[in-house]
Amino acid sequence: MQNNSNNCLHTPLLRVTKLTKKFGDFVANDDLCLSIETGKVHALLGENGAGKSTLVKMMYGALQPTSGTIEWQGQTITVANPAHARDLGIGMVFQHFSLFEALTVVENISLALPPQLRQGNLSQRIASLSNEYGLPLNPEALVADLSVGERQRIEIVRCLLQQPKLLIMDEPTAVLTPQEAQALFATLRRLVAEGCAVLYISHRLEEVKQICHDATILRHGQLVAKVDPQVETAATLAQLMVGSSVHQVNRQANNDVGPVLLGLTHLNHRSSTPFGVELLDINLSVKAGEILAIAGVAGNGQSELFGVISGEEGDRSDCSMVLMEQVCNGLNINQRRQLGAAFVPEERMGHGAVEHLCLTDNILLSRHACNDTPSPLNRGLMGIDRAQLATLNSTIGRDYDVRKGHEDAQAGSLSGGNLQKFVVGRELNRKPKVLVINQPTWGVDAGAAALIRQAVIDLSRQGSAILVISQDLDEIFELADTIAVISRGQLSAGYAASQLSREDIGLMMAGSHEQNSVEVGA
Amino acid sequence: MQIVLEKRSQASSWMNVMSPVLAIGLTVIMGGLIFAAMGKPPLTALYLYFIDPLTSWWSIEEVLVKAGPLVLIGVGLAVCFKANVWNIGAEGQLTAGALMGAMVPVLLGDWQSPWALVLMLLLGALGGAMFAFIPAWLKTRFGVNEILTSLMLVYIAQLFLDWMVRGPWKDPHGYNFPKSVAFEGWHLLPMWGDGRMHLGLVVALVIALVLYWVMRNNLKGFEVRVVGSAPRAGAFAGFSQTKMVWFCFALSGGLAGLAGLIEVAGPIGQLQPHISPNYGFTAIIVAFLGRLNPLGVVFSGLLLAISYIGGEGVQIELGISDKTTQVFQGMLLFFILMCDTLILYRVRYLSGTQANIEGETS
Repeated sequence: MQNNSNNCLHTPLLRVTKLTKKFGDFVANDDLCLSIETGKVHALLGENGAGKSTLVKMMYGALQPTSGTIEWQGQTITVANPAHARDLGIGMVFQHFSLFEALTVVENISLALPPQLRQGNLSQRIASLSNEYGLPLNPEALVADLSVGERQRIEIVRCLLQQPKLLIMDEPTAVLTPQEAQALFATLRRLVAEGCAVLYISHRLEEVKQICHDATILRHGQLVAKVDPQVETAATLAQLMVGSSVHQVNRQANNDVGPVLLGLTHLNHRSSTPFGVELLDINLSVKAGEILAIAGVAGNGQSELFGVISGEEGDRSDCSMVLMEQVCNGLNINQRRQLGAAFVPEERMGHGAVEHLCLTDNILLSRHACNDTPSPLNRGLMGIDRAQLATLNSTIGRDYDVRKGHEDAQAGSLSGGNLQKFVVGRELNRKPKVLVINQPTWGVDAGAAALIRQAVIDLSRQGSAILVISQDLDEIFELADTIAVISRGQLSAGYAASQLSREDIGLMMAGSHEQNSVEVGA
Repeated sequence: MQIVLEKRSQASSWMNVMSPVLAIGLTVIMGGLIFAAMGKPPLTALYLYFIDPLTSWWSIEEVLVKAGPLVLIGVGLAVCFKANVWNIGAEGQLTAGALMGAMVPVLLGDWQSPWALVLMLLLGALGGAMFAFIPAWLKTRFGVNEILTSLMLVYIAQLFLDWMVRGPWKDPHGYNFPKSVAFEGWHLLPMWGDGRMHLGLVVALVIALVLYWVMRNNLKGFEVRVVGSAPRAGAFAGFSQTKMVWFCFALSGGLAGLAGLIEVAGPIGQLQPHISPNYGFTAIIVAFLGRLNPLGVVFSGLLLAISYIGGEGVQIELGISDKTTQVFQGMLLFFILMCDTLILYRVRYLSGTQANIEGETS
């Protein structure tokens, strides 16, 4: 498996040779060679930005390579576009689905199929195929009513209807509960047993070890290793992915817990947007020195909950919310900041920071009404104190290792990890007594993630109350003292992190705590 | 072969400066071609259009008189557009301001005091702002698109003015002409020079400078920039989208109303059915040509003012319809919007096969 010179006995299903893709000066894929064999699950591993998506988009015809060749069953081909790829027998399940919420399952699938496959009783074919592969799906259901896992099944069934020889899956488990992921793995095993090949993109090492036969690891657009995932350990795979040993986050047990600094009782909230999730009877409390992590699959009310706690969603709730031992219903986000709270939203670009503004302006974004001393504004005329902001900017840059093109660069020119360090640093620099942080390290490289997590832990050990919302279970176990799970707008009780297993959390993600909740532990 | 527009990863700062220059150049070339097609000598016509207005003191004064309202309305619209609020109805707000301010000379004709003029200026701004609150309210309360409502309200304001000067406010001693009483004494702006120079231009310049400082160095200007470009980040900063809509309509409507009052209390001196050669619409071009920057608006306001005077010039000298002014202004807006595309996109030429592939996947 070390190289492909000795496999003249059989031609691989798909082989790419010296494949390079450049975007302007940026080399996204550099001289990549890899072959995918029939009947195997081939893992493509790498951090965000390593070039995984670029590579598979070229295989699927969504991008054209700058140089290099693609061979399909021994023939050199040009994959002109995704339709061509599907004709060849390549199917792809994207990380983000493109489904119409207002249409039924069968209507959605029908829209994406070529005309010759649309004939006959499509819903019956969908039903039998989905049962056969353990992907239960009601063809007449409205997509809007389906869970994320069910929506993914639609995409998979859509691919299977075209009887693919190669199925590409882009981070399929990112949106699934552990149990749903296990069901998916069973389907994949069955597919490869029937002679289909699967290209499995992920950065979750445990599941790669569980189901993949081969693994190709990319870093900065280059192929760094081809390995047998069954032989390697998760630690060695991580090291290959990151390029150095991953910095371990240091968390000491915390015995010194203070009063409740953030509390919500009986929060009910109807979202201001039509497809938002309604929050139902949410209770939570975070004490000084404690980190409460809320786990859950994305789209289960996390952003609505964040909006309600930050005050951005407006005063539409009839609950009682307590911040720093004061009732804070009806206060806006800046009044909450003045009480000592700080917020880091999920999307750094366009929500936590403005792309085309420089960093000093982006500091002003969340710091202009915090009553800090010294203030970034000259009181009276409300003029902006550029010198003050520049000092703050260099402090944040130094303390949180923000790497930037020049001192006061545009936010949009920073890489994802550096911008996240900046956005987190901007808030932590205030030493907030309450921190609410949504998806703290989403799409961030391992080094930046470790730095951010350590900073969050350090803040809590100085006596701040911290609420973390995350869908990354590794992150949750690294950070949390207490864990609660959100699903369909309902939040479970909080349990000590040490008493919970991944399986417990998985059950709760699937909704075991909803309405008549089952008590786990505690 | 196929030409595609490809989004730039970062907006081109060079094109940001060059875009208005390019647009003016293209307008001049295109204008020359149109003159030639009409059988007029293109170079003479272009000279008369753009250079001649600047060769005599009299016409320079006229240019400045025309630039005043354009700059005043243009800076308000520049702030508005920067905040992503689309007030297209400045012409109507100008009319409403003129009507409101004219209450003093028409209804209180005997009250002569400097305070009368101050009150007129305040009422003018208030009238424009209040008229602009109609689209602001419709947008914030019902989510109605402000482009449509503000535009439609222009015709309501103009027809109301028409009715007022033919009906209730017609000068009883005016031989039945559709005009109000002529304003006198403290109901007129101070004038100087031998032409029609008046205080309005000074007001416009001062307001442009103040808004320039606000947009650059003040929290309110920061708020406008953030809310306009990233609404969710604006909410994160604690800025209210709704309040921003009200603020923008108050500011741009108020300045348009002030400009309207300055016109009737300055160069015109009374109310009549037509008080503005479309200043409110031309100011949209002024705002874009000035890069939505208050200082840039001062220069683009002067340029568009030249186009008014130049249009009159070619009409007199060469007998070309005065509609050429509108043609030139329309071309200028068209080219500036076209050139602005180059700030965000780059043009790429694709060869045959590649063109097919990219066309299908994008």
